[in-house]
Amino acid sequence: MQFISYLINGISLGSVYAIIALGYTMVYGIAKMLNFAHGDVIMVGGYMVFIFMVNLGLPAIVSIVLAMAVCTVLGIVIETVAYRPLRGAPSLAVLITAIGVSYLLQNLALLIWGSTPKSFTSVVNMEPLRLAGGQLVITGESIVTIGVCIVVMVGLSLFINRTRMGRAMLAVSEDKGAAQLMGVNVNGTIMLTFAIGSALAAVAGALLCSSYPMLLPTTGSMPGIKAFVAAVFGGIGSVPGAMLGGILLGIIETLSKAYISTQLSDAIVFSVLIIVLLVKPTGILGKKISEKV
Amino acid sequence: MKKFLSLALALCLAVSMAACGGSASSSAATSDTASAAVSGSAASAGAIKIGVSGPLTGSAAQYGEGVANGVQLAVEEINAMGGIQFEYRAEDDVADPESAVNAYNTLMDWGMQLFAGTVTSDACIAAAELANEDNVFMMTPSATAVEAIAYPNAFRMCFSDPNQGAASAQYIGDHQLATKVAVIYDSSSTYSSGIYENFAAAAADNGFEIVAAEAFTSDSNQDFSVQLQAAQSAGAELVFLPIYYSEASLILSQANTMGYAPQFFGCDGLDGILNAENFDTSLAEGVLLLTPYVPGVDEVTTEFTEKYTEKFGIAPNQFAANAYDVVYAMKAACEAAGVTADMSASDICDAILGVIGDVEISGVTGASISWDAESGEPNKEPRAVVIRDGAYTAPNDAADAQEAPAEDASSVAAESVSEAA
Amino acid sequence: MGLKNLGRTSRKNLVTYLIAVLAFVILEGMVLTGNISNMLEGQLVPICAYVIAAVSLNLTVGILGELSLGHAGFMSVGAFAGALFSVSMEDTITVTWLRFVLALIIGAVAAGAMGVLIGIPVLRLQGDYLAIVTLAFGEIIKNVLNAVYLGVDENGLHFSMKDSIALGLSENGKVLIKGAQGIVGTPRDSTFIWGFALVMLTLFIVLNLIKSRTGRAVMSIRDNRIAAESVGINITKYKMIAFSLSAALAGVAGVLYAHSFSSLVASKFDYNLSIQILVFVVLGGIGSIRGSMIAAAVLTVLPEMLRSFSEYRMLVYAIVLIVMMIFNQSPKMVEWRKRVFAGRLKGAGHNAAKKGGA
Repeated sequence: MQFISYLINGISLGSVYAIIALGYTMVYGIAKMLNFAHGDVIMVGGYMVFIFMVNLGLPAIVSIVLAMAVCTVLGIVIETVAYRPLRGAPSLAVLITAIGVSYLLQNLALLIWGSTPKSFTSVVNMEPLRLAGGQLVITGESIVTIGVCIVVMVGLSLFINRTRMGRAMLAVSEDKGAAQLMGVNVNGTIMLTFAIGSALAAVAGALLCSSYPMLLPTTGSMPGIKAFVAAVFGGIGSVPGAMLGGILLGIIETLSKAYISTQLSDAIVFSVLIIVLLVKPTGILGKKISEKV
Repeated sequence: MKKFLSLALALCLAVSMAACGGSASSSAATSDTASAAVSGSAASAGAIKIGVSGPLTGSAAQYGEGVANGVQLAVEEINAMGGIQFEYRAEDDVADPESAVNAYNTLMDWGMQLFAGTVTSDACIAAAELANEDNVFMMTPSATAVEAIAYPNAFRMCFSDPNQGAASAQYIGDHQLATKVAVIYDSSSTYSSGIYENFAAAAADNGFEIVAAEAFTSDSNQDFSVQLQAAQSAGAELVFLPIYYSEASLILSQANTMGYAPQFFGCDGLDGILNAENFDTSLAEGVLLLTPYVPGVDEVTTEFTEKYTEKFGIAPNQFAANAYDVVYAMKAACEAAGVTADMSASDICDAILGVIGDVEISGVTGASISWDAESGEPNKEPRAVVIRDGAYTAPNDAADAQEAPAEDASSVAAESVSEAA
Repeated sequence: MGLKNLGRTSRKNLVTYLIAVLAFVILEGMVLTGNISNMLEGQLVPICAYVIAAVSLNLTVGILGELSLGHAGFMSVGAFAGALFSVSMEDTITVTWLRFVLALIIGAVAAGAMGVLIGIPVLRLQGDYLAIVTLAFGEIIKNVLNAVYLGVDENGLHFSMKDSIALGLSENGKVLIKGAQGIVGTPRDSTFIWGFALVMLTLFIVLNLIKSRTGRAVMSIRDNRIAAESVGINITKYKMIAFSLSAALAGVAGVLYAHSFSSLVASKFDYNLSIQILVFVVLGGIGSIRGSMIAAAVLTVLPEMLRSFSEYRMLVYAIVLIVMMIFNQSPKMVEWRKRVFAGRLKGAGHNAAKKGGA
């Protein structure tokens, strides 16, 4: 019984990682860059939902939609100002710029909202599900997070595979130059990717802060890194992979805390990542990239 | 390429150097624009310079900010009184030893005469080394590690780790709050693991058993379901939380979801839990904590809380309270030692060390605070408080701490203070 | 940097050494005459440590062409090994320089061994995946060191991964590594002169390696792995040499760093530090040793110089970082600079940067 309880906790933690990982994996798949600032966009999303919902008293759904709009604009601005000038530069340069953006967002948040933590009101208004005479508790937040995660995953897959814009994304991710020759607007497509990724970050921020209701300027950074690991774990660039990786990461983290050591759980999570990458170098669901000579 | 790089860098440097130069010659007018860095009001030749070092950015920023604000409030009050005049400057150390050394050195360049720092333990240990070499009098508002005040010139305002751990264990034992106790602590924090170890060492002597000692790290400080489940299945009646309130509030809310309701017990780090914006205070109902600073416990603290809240827009935490008292302690020490602003830092230190054993102040973290001149530890009484209806109250009103008169609680803790000292 | 312009390479290296010597002479002169601010004086040793770390990371990133995000992990292994030695031998070996040299050797060997250990699995991966695995290793090292308790008493060494009570020390036992609190009371043996000497040693090792047969083999792997393999270069061997040497030098930086502060905590060496070192390398020009050296020194001092911006300090630093990155690396900016300063800037630094990009 206890094991099942840990498992459920792991899945609900993992579903939060999964939804963050979706944003990472999309941007990586199309722009081929590690967007280290993604975690901080999540933090901004969290603060936005907090402002709309708690300070202005708007309903949860409206607050999330507004936060998505703000984050989308933020994502586009970041892309245009910081990343676009570096298109064609070494990927390391883009990586460092992303880190600069991450510092910038964190310190802006610190100046605007201060260092005192804000206690988040859950956007989910649902009683926890109690099973087996109260021994198993599944929180409303976990149920909603998992549900949203599945909806987003299916929606994204359909969007990418079935729509023109989605196929343009695929084309850009395969070969930027060829896509451009075929008349795909590469800059527009990448901007769209950032817009979607950032809108998802707002949703992730709302769900992250609902499950773990403490909001600080640094809230996004560690879940961001873990979600990034989850994305790699599942096969970066793959949408179902991000979801699988996130949930597996959550389960591994929770179980290793429960049965091995609470202090070393991160070390164990990262060790599993390394082992997976050694056995399957492109992640669980990643595509094998054939090497060109 | 490289020429451009160095050009760009040189330009940045030149700009920042120029800015540095501007603030170094800080007249009252320019320092006002330099915002929090320099208190502009009484910057004159007759002011003694107090340096503050703490995390003003990064994940520990709330603690450093509390200290900087507390110092600012106290300095402004003291300057308005006439008599001894202070000037202060707060530098960011991101709670990191290396930056703390840089912050300390920057403050020395500024002409610091008294050091009110640093806020966190690891940083304090590194800075204390330099303060000892330079013979600068230092009093940290909140560094709890034993080693932070290892040198004769170093003092502190807060209680040390051993002190808090032992006092908490004793309180639990004396009031027979529980026989089975679980601890959830942050193993990546010096403060938290320090208290935990001393608490655990004192457990057997106080008639209770630690049935679960569950750690977490700052890298995974959001999900506490595993730790809480372990505590619950071990049958713990009391959960000891020697951690800061941002994590504690998550623990409280997750325990609530689980339907697990033990007695929660915390140290001074838990203070401030009611300040977090939008926090559902019903979650903290019945939480006991041992802390020197209790808002509203007497007139002095009420007045301090009001003034602080008015000035900074948020309620003070214990960091702010301790820092506020540090400045008043420095004032009392300077007056007792006849310190004037034209003395060197080293002379001031020698003068103060001669009298510090006799200095006693009444502050917001204790009605009577004095120092042990040898160890540098403060003698003050921790107060046990319980959270009722979203406010801190004395525990004798509480149903769960039967026959626990407040005086008894504090004298018990006071004993342990002197023992530790 | 082939054989035919060896003369030019040597000249360039000479300039690199000269810059280091000149900086040392000026700064040491300022220290001796007392014309230096406390702030700058306190930073001299950390600057040297960061210069060594940046130069050693450039060996991995610029010369070997593999992106590593876990360099701080090697620094921490060196730092903890060296500091542990110094703390436990403080009373036994009282000759400061001898103790410090031994600590340096121990730190370098420990970090180098860790480099070999990690290099075996990691170097099979490529590109971003290698970067992620090195990041994971850095985090593992930090996480494990954060949980290590080591104590000594008359019965010998005691070790625990739980807490210092579990060590079961006797009355007069001493805790050497105290979990999150790390090592307290490291003798502050490192001086600016030591730092300078170690910087020169690192430059000597790395610059000579680049010039050597081994270095050319390593660079051939970077430029075209398959071509290198086809002419019979043992890929694994040369990758390992470069990677473990880079780790060992990072260990030296760690020892130097640890001995300049009395408190050493594992959480300092997190991915933020790894990234900070990487920023030095990228801004200095990937593959340019001189650039790493200058960028490390300038970017370490920069945040301290920005203190006058008080609360806007890190904000300004972030903006400076982004602007410098765009200015230095953006293809359009590069083109613009070329147009304006026609031809003068087609230096090796830029070419190396292009090649080194993972």
